[in-house]
Amino acid sequence: MLSSLLSVVAASDWVSPTIDYHALAPEIVLAAGIVIVLLVDLFTSETNKWLVAPLASFSLLGAFIPVVTIALSDNTMRELFDGRYVVDEFSLVIKGLFILAGYVVVLISTDYLREGDYYQGEYWFLVLTSILGMVMMASSRDLVSIFVALEFLSIPAYMLAAWRKRDLKSNEAGVKYYLLGVFASAIMLYGMSLLYGIANSTLLTDIGETLSSEMTSIRALAILFVIIGFAFKVSAVPFHTWAPDTYEGAPTPVTAFLSVASKAAGFVALVTVIYVAFPYASDVWQPVIWILSVLTMTVGNVLALRQTNFVRMLAYSSISQGGFILMPLAVAGEGTTGQSALRAVVVYLMLYAATNLGVFAIVIAVARKTRSGAIASYGGLFSYAPGLAALMTIFMASLAGIPPLGGWFGKFAAFQAVLSAETNWGYAIAVIGAVNSVVAFGYYGNVLREIWMRPVPDGDTAPVVIQPAIAVALGITGVATLVLGTLPGIVSHFGDLASLSSAFSG
Amino acid sequence: MELLRDNNWVLTVGTFLPMVGVLIMLFIPKADEVAQKAVALTTAVATLAVGVWTLVLFDYGQAEKLQFVADVEWISIIKSSYLIGLDGISLPMYFLSMVVTVLVMIYSWDHIPSPGNPKAFLILMLILQTGMAGTFIAQDLVLFFVFFEVVLLPMYFMIGVWGGEQRQYASLKFFLYTMFGSALMLVAFLALFFKTGAESFAIPYLVENGASIARNTQIWIFAGMFIGFAVKVPMFPFHTWLPDAHTQAPTQGSVILAAILLKLGTYGFIRIAIPVLPEAAKEWAPWIGLLAVIGIIYGALGCLAQTDMKRLIAFSSVAHMGFVMLGISTLTPFGFNAALFGMVAHGLITGMLFFVAGSVKERYHTLEIKRLSGMLKQVPRLGWIMGFCAMASLGLPGLAGFWGEFPAILSAYSPAEGLPEETFRTFMVIAAIGTVFAAGYLLWLYQRTAFGEPSAEFSGHGDGHDDIHDVTKFEWIAWTPLLISIVVFGVYPQLMFDVLDPAVKATLAAFGG
Repeated sequence: MLSSLLSVVAASDWVSPTIDYHALAPEIVLAAGIVIVLLVDLFTSETNKWLVAPLASFSLLGAFIPVVTIALSDNTMRELFDGRYVVDEFSLVIKGLFILAGYVVVLISTDYLREGDYYQGEYWFLVLTSILGMVMMASSRDLVSIFVALEFLSIPAYMLAAWRKRDLKSNEAGVKYYLLGVFASAIMLYGMSLLYGIANSTLLTDIGETLSSEMTSIRALAILFVIIGFAFKVSAVPFHTWAPDTYEGAPTPVTAFLSVASKAAGFVALVTVIYVAFPYASDVWQPVIWILSVLTMTVGNVLALRQTNFVRMLAYSSISQGGFILMPLAVAGEGTTGQSALRAVVVYLMLYAATNLGVFAIVIAVARKTRSGAIASYGGLFSYAPGLAALMTIFMASLAGIPPLGGWFGKFAAFQAVLSAETNWGYAIAVIGAVNSVVAFGYYGNVLREIWMRPVPDGDTAPVVIQPAIAVALGITGVATLVLGTLPGIVSHFGDLASLSSAFSG
Repeated sequence: MELLRDNNWVLTVGTFLPMVGVLIMLFIPKADEVAQKAVALTTAVATLAVGVWTLVLFDYGQAEKLQFVADVEWISIIKSSYLIGLDGISLPMYFLSMVVTVLVMIYSWDHIPSPGNPKAFLILMLILQTGMAGTFIAQDLVLFFVFFEVVLLPMYFMIGVWGGEQRQYASLKFFLYTMFGSALMLVAFLALFFKTGAESFAIPYLVENGASIARNTQIWIFAGMFIGFAVKVPMFPFHTWLPDAHTQAPTQGSVILAAILLKLGTYGFIRIAIPVLPEAAKEWAPWIGLLAVIGIIYGALGCLAQTDMKRLIAFSSVAHMGFVMLGISTLTPFGFNAALFGMVAHGLITGMLFFVAGSVKERYHTLEIKRLSGMLKQVPRLGWIMGFCAMASLGLPGLAGFWGEFPAILSAYSPAEGLPEETFRTFMVIAAIGTVFAAGYLLWLYQRTAFGEPSAEFSGHGDGHDDIHDVTKFEWIAWTPLLISIVVFGVYPQLMFDVLDPAVKATLAAFGG
């Protein structure tokens, strides 16, 4: 095998590919930022370590600039390395999302890290590396680059989950996440190797072409393995078991990062594979995703109802939300639904990111005072921190999908996509989703009940101190949730991504 | 349908002006309660002034057409736009929502329920006002859905924070019921959108194209909407949230709930479900009629069994909304007119009854019927007002309640073409029996609470009962407009029928009425 591969390489003349540096600029800026953060951390004294956090956020903002300039340039469809790495509208939108979400994570981590007496420099290094992996994921159109990007974003995340190294729960979080993550990678790799064997190429478009001819059981198996691998990453039921423990044990900002950015990256990879490599195999993956979606939203919801720990509740809530993001994909192969399904996924990811990061910012701010993770510790928040209470109300209502707060449009777009398929499977999942969105209010409403209607548990009504960085994070996420909810037209066209969904409409 | 676009700023201003008040109030410190109340009241009055101006500008000669229409791009990607307009059907409810908000604000001046915090309370009320007014002007299903949902959270908090003993249970029940209904309603809206060619969410467009949907599909889509609206009305058997919500809600919440929020459901039937899906409406009408009369009788029997005055009024709402739904189920202009009149009349009268109940509770600290008596002696004015409202509620001719109930019963005599006549005549008889029950429970309530001697428990002075006083200044200001309207609409119902009738006829054009 290896020798044959080598002979192929030796036989063909090596031609250095032309590189579009503008298209790669976000990645290059991030990579430079990672190196700078690492070096500055190495050569600064303990008292000046705080310098690293602003450097990390500057490199994120710096990486955002080329994303904007590429989007504004005339050429928003740039293929690099023979179409293995594509910078198109879809990837630009997703890159922007990852970078901004990463920026908010940096904001909510800053004071948490300083006060917790943790190693700071390495933290920023790992966060930036993981974000770089996500940004690469958005452009990857080849099995190898997808896998590299996935490991690039996952391995730092394993370490981040175990960041509080003297805390048993954090260790448990890291180990569980690592073991199940590696397990998922192995399954996915097996599926990918089968795909390579079938298509004799790692390029997704080639695989898509090969799969269009006929469906054999081995091909179906390959598709199934790849999908299951991603199902682990997006914590879809029944592959979700790592998520609650990892989310609860990991440091809270890391949990925010995992539940928003890392999850979104899993969805982006799933969408890329489905839309570019499997468009003609929808008979295989549609039922699988249908079942995963129904299980995920239902089981996530039901288990979330029973939680007493806030972050654990958020973990199950995030599982359930993942079911809603999967929902439109369950019918994405029907007629022209692919377009609106893709839009629904992208829009949902954006709104969910804004809202969920906001929730975690409040959790960090409040836990700093109450030193507790219990939902009951939010009792009477409204009486001593009305601003935070109002914001939490906005975020919870947004997660529950109540207009006019951000989340509703994500759910709306998802429902719209599944109904546009006009199939019985589509109608069935829409009704299941509708019922689930009501059940979800059970636990979101429970938080609101604590905040507004219950007494303060220990009578301690000292005001909550909100550090500037958290305040900025809350400002960004709060405004985004409100504005995107009332004027969803601002983001809805970001999901109008002709290039990726062309396989379906064509 | 022809749309009149003159003065189309007036609806947007009228709907979103309360939000300006909310913004101002956010910057006033919580401790400055007088300033909070003043800003909230001023905002509500200014909104009402815009409402009055709307009444002046409204072209009554063309009440069947949508007026003040504005159509601005909103979410172009899903073909939904900010399309608003007002016709004879929505005008009374739109205006009533503004009136009720002002009156409730006046009442709140010295009646902020425990645990206080007028800032949050009044802000929620203003948000509620925007949601209510917006629902009545929305002419796009997505916009309608958003406004329809905007009212949920403020009411949830109003009940859950400022409510009675069982407030948390009641508020959650209220929320889950309504949300369940609206989730299915949303699915139905989307199905409707795709079945009409995925062109537009605009109601006028859907009215023109909905009839072409296959009959069976229509019936399913109607089912989704039916659940959404029926929960809100509430119709039997979806009514169980109402007695809890009403009983636990603070007075202001009960008044708004009774006067406006319940009408969002009936309005939805009249504006959306029936005109857009005429075939399904015909199929569903007998069932709606059946549930309506069950509601009438069930509500009345429920009233007779209540020991709590507020809960009794809440059950009477179930019965009264049964009359409204019976009128709607006939699918005739006559029935629709009766239903729309009944909606306004019920809003005025039951809203007023809840005000009275709130004031009784404030004075006696109880609403248990058997502990109250002799109100006419102890607080004669309050007693008389209560008697007046009870008479209006039982449908005494000459007061507004009559013109909602009587024509609704009458309309069941000859339902629209294609509906089973015998069935509806049976409904008519049952509904007529319901009015007897209504007289029974209301008079019995009045007899027990207002007649006789004041009970020993409350008659002694100097032992903590000094606060049993008659109607106060703020109560008079808040109540007089309602009392006058009940008489005016009772004596001269034509005032409203003239506005309603052309629009109702236009709405029911598909039924040959």
